[in-house]
Amino acid sequence: MATGQALHGAAGKAANFGVIAAFTAFAAFPFAWMLITTFKRSNDLSDPGHNPFLFYQPPTLDNLRVLFNDTLFVRWAGNTVFVGVLVVLITLAIAVPAGYSLARLTGAIGEQLGVMMFLTYLVPPTILFIPLSRVVSILHLQDSPWALVLVYPSFTIPFCTWLMMGFFKVIPKDVEEAAMIDGLSRFGAFVRVILPMSIAGVLTVVIFTFTLVLQEFVYALTFISSAKNFTISVGVPSFLVRGDVYFWGSLMAACFIASVPIAFLYNLFVDRFIAGFTVGAVKG
Amino acid sequence: MRLADDERALSRVLLAPSILYIALLVGAPFVLALVYSLTSISLGGHSFNFVGVQNFAAALRDPSFLRALRNTILFAVLSQILVLILSSALAIALQRDFRGKWIVRLLVLLPWVAPISLGTIGWLWIFDSIYSVINWTLRALHIFGPSTWPIWLGQPNLAMVSIITVQVWRTLPLATVILLGGLSGIPQDIHDAAEVDGAGFFRHMFQITIPLVLPIALVATLFGFVFAFTDMIVVYVLTRGGPFDTTQVLASLAFYKSVDGGDLGGGAAVALFLFPVLAAAAVAMLRMARRAEVT
Repeated sequence: MATGQALHGAAGKAANFGVIAAFTAFAAFPFAWMLITTFKRSNDLSDPGHNPFLFYQPPTLDNLRVLFNDTLFVRWAGNTVFVGVLVVLITLAIAVPAGYSLARLTGAIGEQLGVMMFLTYLVPPTILFIPLSRVVSILHLQDSPWALVLVYPSFTIPFCTWLMMGFFKVIPKDVEEAAMIDGLSRFGAFVRVILPMSIAGVLTVVIFTFTLVLQEFVYALTFISSAKNFTISVGVPSFLVRGDVYFWGSLMAACFIASVPIAFLYNLFVDRFIAGFTVGAVKG
Repeated sequence: MRLADDERALSRVLLAPSILYIALLVGAPFVLALVYSLTSISLGGHSFNFVGVQNFAAALRDPSFLRALRNTILFAVLSQILVLILSSALAIALQRDFRGKWIVRLLVLLPWVAPISLGTIGWLWIFDSIYSVINWTLRALHIFGPSTWPIWLGQPNLAMVSIITVQVWRTLPLATVILLGGLSGIPQDIHDAAEVDGAGFFRHMFQITIPLVLPIALVATLFGFVFAFTDMIVVYVLTRGGPFDTTQVLASLAFYKSVDGGDLGGGAAVALFLFPVLAAAAVAMLRMARRAEVT
């Protein structure tokens, strides 16, 4: 760990601690706030005289009960998982071989193609949602989760191909060569030798694809129209926030439940993600 | 030779599905967006008349477009300047190892991992006009007098401050982790040599650390800028572009114009104004990638 440029002495340590504490509070506060709000009774929430940090009435599970029984939250979670699993499968089937091809087989042009592919990740939904909504309606997929299954790989594939390319590049070429001498074909070496060595990479792709699906907003908002077909990221803001009555307790519960668990998983893989992200900017 | 052993053919077969998917669902729609922007197509309508650059010309004459353009630039530039400064401070602070670092990292990453629309709803509650916890706290600390009660999302300047705050909040984690990666990539000997030569904290910072991390900081900033420039989620959830269009950005304007207003051609034209900026960002990234290869 590089410590050379850190501030020295007790003052430096205190400054460091202060910076970290302030930023952590800034980052985590909205989630802490969701958690507190989840367990508050609504007349406790709605009294402006109450200190919002304290519970004037005993905590309640009512908000969670309402969320799970009286809203479509569970349905939206199911839709999200449905779309997520299918998009993960499509992405794996297409991006893993492509990443291998770019890493090993196409030579110098592979590098260029890889960069180009990464750049398509920069074309935002904002430009594409208008023509894609026409495509979706021509295919009669309006208001169907299948529209999302079709469209989401268009941004997960470029990114995951790029990630996998990075993984395959660090495996020494001798590994396949040895396998091929032992009688495997090139493709056999990829499937039987290289893939099992790249389980960490494949898992990273699974986690990131799923996170991207969970986060996507613009396409789901445009292609889906009936409440029962939404994913979490659009269903919660569209149907739990309507009219003048905000059910803040249930709303915050929904946000917290859909945000925090995935963060734990993501955290395990974030270093690989960053390595993939910065491949173009640093040598090696 | 069998396909499984023919390297050229095999590489094409493995690569083809991904290129096909991207061509069909990114390339073709992009071309379609260009075509739409030159026509008078509308939602559900069957007219498909070629109108040339009329949509673009109309956008440039439209005060709401010009305001959205100005807002977008303000929003993206200000938020990313803040992110660059804040993420540098945080990354440098996080470099040192300490107990519980993993939990700090997890918490700092949360805003990036959580679905943006849901995190933003958390902020909608924090900025609430009656129950804002910010206002309550500042009043309890006697920083606000009894008559001060800002309506964060209802007053033009404050609404802009609010959406920039949330954008900084959600982009900061990514920039920080990328910078951390860059910082830990600097070989320790360089730091040691500087130490031996008696470089102080600031000299060390400005003559060694910053120049070495600069390329990676640029990548992080470019990404953040592209996200901020093209995204509508924060605006859509917090303000819907209001009050009085003072937080309307190009992305949200394109959405309202095409989906709510039914003017697909006009919406596509507005969205395509994003493209020159994206192309410039892409070129900048390509050049950086190439430079990294050469050296």
